[in-house]
Amino acid sequence: MTEPVLSVRDLVVEIPTRHGVLRPVDGVSYDLAPGEILGVVGESGAGKSMTGNAVIGLLDRPAHIASGEILLNGRRIDNLPLREMRKIRGREIGMVFQDPLTSLNPLIPIGEQLSETIETHLGVSKAEARKRALASLEEVGIPAAAERLDSYPHEFSGGMRQRVVIALALCAEPSLVIADEPTTALDVSVQAQIIALLKRLCRDHGTSVILVTHDMGVIAEAADRVAVMYAGQLVEIGPVRDVLTHPKHPYTDGLVGSMPANSHGQARLRQIPGAMPRLNALPEGCPFNPRCPVADATCRAAPRPALTEGAACWHPIGEHA
Amino acid sequence: MSMVTIRNLTRTFDVSKPWLNRVLERLPKQTLTAVSDVTFEIEEKTVYALVGESGSGKSTIGKILVGLLPPSNGAVEVEGVDLAHETDKAVLSDLRSNIQMIFQDPYASLNPRWRVKDIIVEPVRARGGKVERLAEKLLEQVGLSALDADKFPHQFSGGQRQRICVARALASEPRLIVCDEPTSALDVSVQAQVLNLMSDLKENLGLTYLFISHDLTVVRHMADRIGVLYLGQLVEEASPDTLFETPKHPYTQMLLAAAPKLDQFGREEEPPQGEIPDPINPPPGCVFNPRCPLAADRCRSERPVLRRVGETRVACHMVEG
Repeated sequence: MTEPVLSVRDLVVEIPTRHGVLRPVDGVSYDLAPGEILGVVGESGAGKSMTGNAVIGLLDRPAHIASGEILLNGRRIDNLPLREMRKIRGREIGMVFQDPLTSLNPLIPIGEQLSETIETHLGVSKAEARKRALASLEEVGIPAAAERLDSYPHEFSGGMRQRVVIALALCAEPSLVIADEPTTALDVSVQAQIIALLKRLCRDHGTSVILVTHDMGVIAEAADRVAVMYAGQLVEIGPVRDVLTHPKHPYTDGLVGSMPANSHGQARLRQIPGAMPRLNALPEGCPFNPRCPVADATCRAAPRPALTEGAACWHPIGEHA
Repeated sequence: MSMVTIRNLTRTFDVSKPWLNRVLERLPKQTLTAVSDVTFEIEEKTVYALVGESGSGKSTIGKILVGLLPPSNGAVEVEGVDLAHETDKAVLSDLRSNIQMIFQDPYASLNPRWRVKDIIVEPVRARGGKVERLAEKLLEQVGLSALDADKFPHQFSGGQRQRICVARALASEPRLIVCDEPTSALDVSVQAQVLNLMSDLKENLGLTYLFISHDLTVVRHMADRIGVLYLGQLVEEASPDTLFETPKHPYTQMLLAAAPKLDQFGREEEPPQGEIPDPINPPPGCVFNPRCPLAADRCRSERPVLRRVGETRVACHMVEG
């Protein structure tokens, strides 16, 4: 097997509070192969974004990495000093956030923002950087790119802005891109354009992507593998087709089943009872046990199940069938 | 008999620069047509859904129906009463309490300083009705506990807040509820809970819904009749099965093709081209013509009227029949 681009080992993120220590990410491990798109799904508060932020070292204090390792191309990056980490951000890891307006500086023309990034990270001349900025805008499909180099972000529509952000994330040719809900703020037809663009660019450049989203449809179309998170833990991971058609963890099963697209004309949707527990009131044992249809005494007793053979569950679906 | 009849509804907004700028810079007045000549009916005890991308005018129609905005032109009749032209205050007031609304964002639509019971009974109290034990009864009806009546909104999760919004909408015993993206802010498992609740209430209380959403899978699950809006115009209307199996308008076809699907892993399809045009200067003729694969000369000059083709109503020159 080829060496993974990114390797996350037993990552734990902690937030100390007056009422005890919260763990929004609790023991997450995964590998990302070169050129692979890994989808990360889960409900709000499951720790999807927090895991991504930990990887690029953008955790807001007082949240911090309490234990575990993050290796990028074999090099440990979770304990790097701020200055070193800044060199990696943008150069080796690109970011695409949900709201393109917050990732672009409204006072600087987009061409300048792109060429500045290229100049800083690749150390080329100003003229060369501008040439590359133009090429990258053309690559993401901005019409009349040469004339729009000097336009400001507000002169673009939402979909075009997100294209600029993708150009910005990829212009220094990073080996990994973290896309955090990149299409949530966009309309369906524009969303399809952005997903297709992200897929094409990553294939052309051999870039790996962590695609964080709550939209299963997007995951199904874009991702190679999918990781399902619940209450800060990875509960299931596997090839996207297997996980979505034959989920092993009851939570994944409930999540897939509760989608209106899977209602098959029935009057009622399948629903998961209750809500995700708060981080300061996690139940003993498996964190999903109060909502789980197959939970028994084993599930309610410590310790919680480990992630083996794709699912962190004492009674994975399809085992004893 | 149809409960709601909307005839040739048009709503324009003045988006001109301030007066002084117009004089100094010699700019003309500008208007934005959010809803243009829309006609449809909602049958009693059914769910009529409006779908469309942002800027298609779906929320504007909802706001006009509940009386938050007056129409610029055309008629909105509810149970035979014309909302815009009725002058008898008693009749109007009576009708208004029969129409309620549920908004998208359950965080912004509940006053954080009010107790839940005060929020829920407000629509009744404002008209001097009896509110004794009403909040408790409604809370139980929407699946919360009567003990929650004394709490504040911040003590609830997103899904629970949306239930409170549903309870408030039910307080004045309405017959028609306008739901503007009621589940867009919720996770899918919670969305399933809220959609099921809404279906149950409709059955038990004989409610009529105008359901506004951009999510095609949700709409297919909930609606009895679907209207597709594009740039303020109704381009197609049909029952869910007909619309999803044999979409007639090229825009509907594009929208359905662009929506991410759960069973199309790694789909490599050319995404739709272009974006919604500027509503201040819409293209002449059919508004969809710049993005339409079938557009002919006639489409660029003459606006198609909505006509009946089989069970569908469609506004397109190129549809046979």
